[in-house]
Amino acid sequence: MRALIWITEPSWRACIDRARELLPAGAEVTILHVAATDVEALAEHPGPGRLGRHHRPPPGPSVREISDAEAQSLLGEAAQRFGRPAQTVARRGRVEREVLQASAGADVLVLARDGEPRREPKSVGRFQRFVIDHAGCAVVVVWSQDPPGLDAMRWPPHLR
Amino acid sequence: MALAACLTAAVARWRWAPDWAVAVAAAAIVVASGALSFHGARSAVSALGPTVGFLAALLVLADGCRRAGVFDALGGLMASGSHGRPRRLLGMVFLAAAGTTAVLSLDATIVLLTPIVFATAARLPTNPRPHVYAGCHLANSASLLLPVSNLTNLLAFTACGLSFTRFAAVMALPWLVAIGIEWLVLTRVFADDLREAPGGAHAAPPAEPRLPRLALGVVGLTLAGFALSSIVGIAPVWFAAAGAVTLTVAQRPPSLADLLGAAEPTFLVFVLGLGVVVEAAGVHGLSSVVRSLLPTGASLPALLAVAAVSAVLANLVNNLPATLIVVAVVSASAPGGVLAMLIGVNVGPNLTYVGSLATLLWRRIIHAHDEEVDVAQFLKLGALTVPVTLVAATASLWLALQVL
Repeated sequence: MRALIWITEPSWRACIDRARELLPAGAEVTILHVAATDVEALAEHPGPGRLGRHHRPPPGPSVREISDAEAQSLLGEAAQRFGRPAQTVARRGRVEREVLQASAGADVLVLARDGEPRREPKSVGRFQRFVIDHAGCAVVVVWSQDPPGLDAMRWPPHLR
Repeated sequence: MALAACLTAAVARWRWAPDWAVAVAAAAIVVASGALSFHGARSAVSALGPTVGFLAALLVLADGCRRAGVFDALGGLMASGSHGRPRRLLGMVFLAAAGTTAVLSLDATIVLLTPIVFATAARLPTNPRPHVYAGCHLANSASLLLPVSNLTNLLAFTACGLSFTRFAAVMALPWLVAIGIEWLVLTRVFADDLREAPGGAHAAPPAEPRLPRLALGVVGLTLAGFALSSIVGIAPVWFAAAGAVTLTVAQRPPSLADLLGAAEPTFLVFVLGLGVVVEAAGVHGLSSVVRSLLPTGASLPALLAVAAVSAVLANLVNNLPATLIVVAVVSASAPGGVLAMLIGVNVGPNLTYVGSLATLLWRRIIHAHDEEVDVAQFLKLGALTVPVTLVAATASLWLALQVL
């Protein structure tokens, strides 16, 4: 079984822990992180329409270098926490597209919900929602914290 | 024609025809063809001269702050003040960006602070999306407070006829309102990205940064000088120059090339050239067209109309030419009209990421398929913040003018 674990900054610990519990010992695991290049581009060129200005970037590491270093460090920590053999992959681009492309050969994709901590549609973040809707493989959606009990759920009127 | 050439060159950024050279050539052609008298051109340049000098001093001051480590220290303060929580970090970014923009101008926030914001958020680690958007948006919307916060404010400062402190007093409420609206919208739109990691923050608390006292002291004294300028009868530009010189001399002096680079001479030349061309366009009918569009007086509807027209114009032709075009017309209804125009041209550019419709179209043609900024998200955020801010900030300007 080929498994892909997609980690994000807020929920990577929970995602890795749940994946370790759920994935069989023999699974061929890849841990994925995607750096959002649209945010990097904005940080690097926050005011392109500013007429007549030709700003030089300030000295020091570029936004790209910082982003790459942080992605590697996060993936390193995640692989260590996973505690089993796993490959790590750092991709860059539009997040939801990169995750879908990376999941092309996988049998199962593990991801955290990254949304509201309530039992409702908003409990799934917008990128996660897109990936779940369009993924070609099985998708395991984990909570990044203990979900509230069923009694706390707001049922829609026709189910009350 | 000359105005169109200047704007096209600035938007297209041809290698063979830099925008500043086109602006100078256009200004020369305008004068040579008799569209503007030599005397008219000279008075336009001498009217803009102090403003351009002021801008140069501010750019050098901001760069001195960078070399002294002010922005790195701000990054450290943001990180330690956030306690590893994305939402608290956004609060710190708001404070840092609003303060930097107000005191050192929006250029400092855009060029020097926003990359630091990205690095601080990425290292937390948290998704830097809301924080970077906040930096970009506040560079515009938090540039209402002081005459030094935005080049547009500097260009209109003389026309509004207020002292430095009175400008700040009247614009304080619109500034706070604009920042408040940004907070409400950004925290809602990016609620997903601001959610705290389960189990609380994991990040190790970063070391307290060492504050560059000298640079902060010089900036503080420069601000105090601005505040006292009308009492002591010395123009604020001299305090800016004194601050820039003091900070440059007091630190390990940068090379002359670095110093000149920080002052962005090509940009200063571009502003002067554009000023002459807009003056000529004004004489030949542009002013009367704008005058027919704009109401006079300081009633709330009149101020709202001025802010709205200025914002639309800023999005059509960019806010620098928009200011030069509108300021000549609204100076008749100073200070209300001038300040309402500033709300329009300062907040308006958040509507389109690229600053003007022309640039937007151009960029879309050139970069149709590459991995660039998510323009759709920027437009959505602009649509949510700009119209509300224009109305609320202008209404609070009207209120401030009644009370103060």
